[in-house]
Amino acid sequence: MWKFFHQMASPPHFYRIAAKMIPWFMAPALMLIAYGVYAGLFLAPMDYQQGDAFRIIYVHVPSAYLSMMTYMVMAISAGIGLIWRIKLAHAVAAAAAPLGAWFTFLALATGSIWGKPMWGTWWEWGDPRLTSELIMLFLYIGYMALRGAIDDTTKADRASAVLALVGAVNVPIIHFSVEWWSSLHQGPTLIKEGGPAMDPGMLYPLLAMIFGFTLLFGGLLLRRLRAEVLFRERRTKWVKELVLSGGK
Amino acid sequence: MSNEHASAGMMSGILGVARRDLLLAWKRPGDILNPLFFFAMVAALFPLAVGPSPEQLQFSGPAVMWVAALLAMLLSLNSLFLSDFEDGSLDQMLVSPVPLSALGLGKTLAHWLTSGLPLVLVAPVVAITFQMPIFVTGYLMLTLLLGTISLSLLGSVGAALTVGLHRGTALLSLLILPLAMPILIFGARTVSLVAAGDGAAGGLYFLAAYAVLTLSFAPFATAAALRISNE
Repeated sequence: MWKFFHQMASPPHFYRIAAKMIPWFMAPALMLIAYGVYAGLFLAPMDYQQGDAFRIIYVHVPSAYLSMMTYMVMAISAGIGLIWRIKLAHAVAAAAAPLGAWFTFLALATGSIWGKPMWGTWWEWGDPRLTSELIMLFLYIGYMALRGAIDDTTKADRASAVLALVGAVNVPIIHFSVEWWSSLHQGPTLIKEGGPAMDPGMLYPLLAMIFGFTLLFGGLLLRRLRAEVLFRERRTKWVKELVLSGGK
Repeated sequence: MSNEHASAGMMSGILGVARRDLLLAWKRPGDILNPLFFFAMVAALFPLAVGPSPEQLQFSGPAVMWVAALLAMLLSLNSLFLSDFEDGSLDQMLVSPVPLSALGLGKTLAHWLTSGLPLVLVAPVVAITFQMPIFVTGYLMLTLLLGTISLSLLGSVGAALTVGLHRGTALLSLLILPLAMPILIFGARTVSLVAAGDGAAGGLYFLAAYAVLTLSFAPFATAAALRISNE
């Protein structure tokens, strides 16, 4: 077990393994998303209240979930990197941040597009989840800005890791305080006692999209991570050999 | 025995650093006064932009004053560790036998005494111009008192992370403002609720709890950040 982790943390080994792993994430991700998009847009029954407008949840819910998930991934790997000084863990955090920011942006954009026909406005400050999602985006921006401001990679890793951990402690508090602030968003329908309150024809495409997006995130993260590892190790022998051998 | 010794060293470390920073601030009163003037000016901008209607001012007063206080705190945070970083005092603190978290806490204490506390004391004067009733002003001061403690502590983490970086001020705001939003939400909303005749206990408890939370964790994060920034 330890040997496995140790090998994975070695950059050349990881670089090779990651290349083999990416298709295993991307192929099922694309299949699930293709099914989810088709079934969600054409097969799922219309919502009796929201009409066709509800179909945006097939992008909105996975993005919103991943915007939170990515922050968790980022904070946990930043913590691992800080405690055990594993460089690869820091690289994971660095590679995850822009993905998380994009998912957050996507969640905000789709939420706002959904809000126009439902609430009659593009933006509704009274909705706590929209607001905490916006603060989430600011947290990602702050994290990336701090990384960008520090030239030395090791220093940037560790400084941004402290920020990610401080942010992780704050995320639930921000969530709660914005919730207290006032509420308009529809209550949770997916995770509820007695099973989801949703027609199966609507639910399965949504689950497919959630898993598809998660796998897509995994695949994209590995791709970004390969680039990140290559950049960080640009002065080492194995990268030089890799370049000279034409990337094989 | 040795435990007692260590805690005595920690206390004198916190107080020593705080006393030194207070003395430094006393010798350069501009550092204390400028953020206060900034606070008053930002608060004065809003009536000029919104118009002189007393109802409107009364309604937006708590929010405006809280935002102005938040920005004024940010303004003074940037220099929290800067002069120590530049003249090498920070290096001495890093190698000192007293824990760095204690020394950082001492500096944060001095920062709060020279920026947070004066804001609390000046707030009533500005509140008068917003036609704020006396008892609402009392709650405003109470929320500012609790909120600025958290802001100083939270800000010390950000200041430690950005010390020695160019373009630090804008970066510091980017790091701290999202984290400070719960303080702003509870601070401003609690005062607004009081002004509207509602109870304030919940918001005050939250602000107090948040101050305790930051007091427990922020000094360690600040120390870790200072070590990283000084590598």
